[in-house]
Order: sequence, then structure tokens, then C-alpha cells
Amino acid sequence: MTTDTNRTRVVVTGLGTTSPIGGDVTSTWEGLMSGQSGVNVLKHDWAEQLGTQIAAEVAVDPTDVLDRVKARRLDRSGQLALVAALEAWADAGFGDEGDEADPERLAVALASGIGGVQTLLSNYDVLKEKGPRRVSPLAIPMLMPNGPAASIGLTIGAKAAVHTPVSACASGNEAISLGIDLIRLGRADVVVVGGTEAAVHPLPMAAFGQMRALSSRNDEPEKASRPWDKGRDGFVLGEGAAVLVLESEEHASARGARVYAEAAGAGITADSHDIAQPDPSGSGATRAMKTALRESGLEAADICHINAHATSTPLGDIAEAQAIRQALGEDAAEGLVVTSTKSMTGHLLGAAGALESMATVLALHHRVVPPTVNLDDPEDVGLDIATARRDLPTGDIAALNNSFGFGGHNVAIAFRSA
Amino acid sequence: MATKTDILTDLAAIVDEIAGVPADDVQLDKEFVGDLDVDSLSMVEIVVAAEEKFGVRIPDDQVKNLKTVGDAVDYIESAQS
Repeated sequence: MTTDTNRTRVVVTGLGTTSPIGGDVTSTWEGLMSGQSGVNVLKHDWAEQLGTQIAAEVAVDPTDVLDRVKARRLDRSGQLALVAALEAWADAGFGDEGDEADPERLAVALASGIGGVQTLLSNYDVLKEKGPRRVSPLAIPMLMPNGPAASIGLTIGAKAAVHTPVSACASGNEAISLGIDLIRLGRADVVVVGGTEAAVHPLPMAAFGQMRALSSRNDEPEKASRPWDKGRDGFVLGEGAAVLVLESEEHASARGARVYAEAAGAGITADSHDIAQPDPSGSGATRAMKTALRESGLEAADICHINAHATSTPLGDIAEAQAIRQALGEDAAEGLVVTSTKSMTGHLLGAAGALESMATVLALHHRVVPPTVNLDDPEDVGLDIATARRDLPTGDIAALNNSFGFGGHNVAIAFRSA
Repeated sequence: MATKTDILTDLAAIVDEIAGVPADDVQLDKEFVGDLDVDSLSMVEIVVAAEEKFGVRIPDDQVKNLKTVGDAVDYIESAQS
């Protein structure tokens, strides 16, 4: 495995999440390893009018965890982000005696695909029913897409910068890429990165439904998200947040932090093909993976695992599989274990890259890959897809996490074992 | 007609709900900003919630005169009569 010694090494020292599988990292990881689905039939009255009546809502409601007044000043996406960030921050050891981050060297890059859509729409309902004086004065800070990032920045005292990349379902990975850049450019020593999404609401669900993007397997919710299975009929909308603490290796080692993995590099490309459909040639996705390898100083043969974007849509899953084979070459693809944790979590849109990067980091850390469930009748995509938990080799290993978004955004992040 | 005590009880519940100030601390002589640490956006929320609860209108140019909880209780009482 080659190493580019000219680049600052960036390491992952903290993880946090609240997901459809569990309210923290441990419960989420254990659920993923045991093939547990977070998809359920929606109990909201509004779901009855929709063609798709299933989604992957978070396992633990954020208002059960957060301070009541703090929670009511945040959109649900901000609540979820804060829960995940607080866990990651504590997990990294910050807040312990002697473990401090200089505020002016501390940044946040926290993404969202859609922003505070529930706040926006509920306040529009209030406006129509009761008039402008009943609209919340907190509506703007709650609905703005950078609200979750800003509230995390306020909570941990980040003064280097607070960013919110927006690139639909690639947003979470773009935030991680930005965090790596901020450290390598010398603009920060510690960056809290990740993504959040809370769009389980009738309007986004109706709109995704009109795109024919959602699975309507309402009678078998836990089987609805089935990447690469011939019976797949669209993605399952998920909600949640995941956060990683990135840190320069120098900073982490000076405070004796536990290192999960190295965030080795990223590749970002654009398809320039269609606003919603993936480029069937997969060339943009291929270039993203190749760029991530090059930037990380890795060879295709070093990659032993990919957590794929694979959302369970008819076109996307196939295009990505082809892109993986093109990016790594047929030889390297032989020793590769691919999985899609979306088969259990559903698709968290702007949080997907963050949650799946967390799963990728934990796969390297524990050297075991979570399964892809529901792969009963697989497409022949020429890849080794894990249908049960699979061990990874010992030694120096590396993995990729892919995320692609409407708009033709492709982001691959490369991680290597610590 | 609601008494001053009734108005105070209901207003204290609103301040507790919106700003997280324990209702027992919401006393007539307390200033919203200086004593109860209510910020400007929360004050707008409290005014709107009070208008709804008490069926009164509290114009923006009156809000700046409502420094203490007692000022607000007096205003609501007179606006209701």
C-alpha cells in the first residue's frame, strides 16, 4: 500500500448517530450486524393518502433525549444532528479533562439534503390557518439548511468555520470531504462532520412518489429496501443523523485520542448528464472512486470493502455496480466485499453518506462487514455482495464509501485501517 | 374576567414552555430580559402565545414597555376589560 507522505493525515476519533436502527452508535452497529430493518409502516394519519406508506423513522425520538427548550428551537433535522454530534463529541473524548480543542481551530461541516422542511411546511400551515402573526419567529433559523450545523457549532464552540454542503444524497459525504480539506489546508485541527435529514413528511414523500423513486411495498416494509435484488422497486425514505469527528493525526496523537480509522481522501465529480437519473455509463461515479484512490495514495487492490450507495432503485444499483468494476478493475473487484446498509436503514438522503461512512469506519475498525439484507434474487452485477456478516482481512486495509445525489453529484470517501 | 393571579399563572406557564424558565420564578417584579434571560425571539413567541391565550392584541410598539412580568399582566388585564 503506497502512502503519500506530503499530505496531512486525517483520522476519525469520534462517532455519533441516531438512526432508524438505534439511538446511538452501539445499538445502530449491533442492529446492522444482525440484519435488523428500521423500516416500518407509517402510523401518521397523513400516510393513508400516499402510494408509499412506509419509511425508516428514527428508533429514538430526539425530543426524548434533548433538553425540552433546546429541542423546541430546532427543526427535527437539527434535533437529530445535535443528538449525533453530542455523542460523537463525547466519544472523541472532548469534554474530558485535558482533551480540548482550540475554538479557533475547530470547525463544523454538517450537511443536509433538504433542510428544515418540516418547519417550513408546518409554518406555512400556520400562515394559511391563523395568519402571519402566528408564524414562529424561530422559523427562519429552524428551516435554514445551515441551522443544524450552526447549532452544533454553538454547542461545541466552533469558531474556525461552520459549513453546510448541499448536494442532495451526496451531501453527507461532501461534508466529510470538506472536513478532510479543512484539515489538510491547515484551516482547522478538528472538524465535526456529518449529515442530517428529517423529511418524513407527506410533501417530500408525495414528491418522491411522483418521481416514481419510492418503493411501495407497503405490506412488507422490512423487505422494501432490497438493493441489487431483481424485485426492487425504489428506495425507502429514512431519517436520522450521523457525525464523525475528524482530526489531524498530530492533534489526535498529542492528546492520546483513540483512532478508529484514517479518512484518507475523497473524490468528487459531477455527471452533467441529467438532473435526476444516474449516468447509465457510471463514468462520473467511476471517476469519483478513482480520484478518491489517487488522493489517498491507495491502489485498487488495497480496497477490500465498499459501502455502496445502492438505494434499491432499478437504474442506480446497476450503474453503481458497473462503476465499481470500472474503477477498481475486474481483478481488484475479485477480493472486494460490497454491502448496502440502506437495505436496513432506508435512504437517509443528506445523512446517508455520513451514516454509511460511519459504518465503513466501523467495518475497518472491527474488521467485519454488515450484511445486505433482502438480496433473495440477485442481479448478476459481477460483485461479491455480502448477504451475511463477512470478516475483513488483518493487516493494512482500506475501504470506500460511495454517495451519489440528484443533480449528478458523485462523492467517494476512502478510509484506511488505523 | 380573569384575575391578576390567573393571568400570572397562565403567563408563567407560557414563559416556562417557551423559554424554559421554571413557572415559580416568573414573578410580577421580574424583568423578562434582565432577570429571566428571555431573548428577543422568545419574547416574540411569548407575546404571540399570550395573545392567543388571553384573546388580546399586544401591538409591537407596546411590547417594549412590557419590561417586567407585572407590566405584561397589567397590560393583559386592561386589554381584556
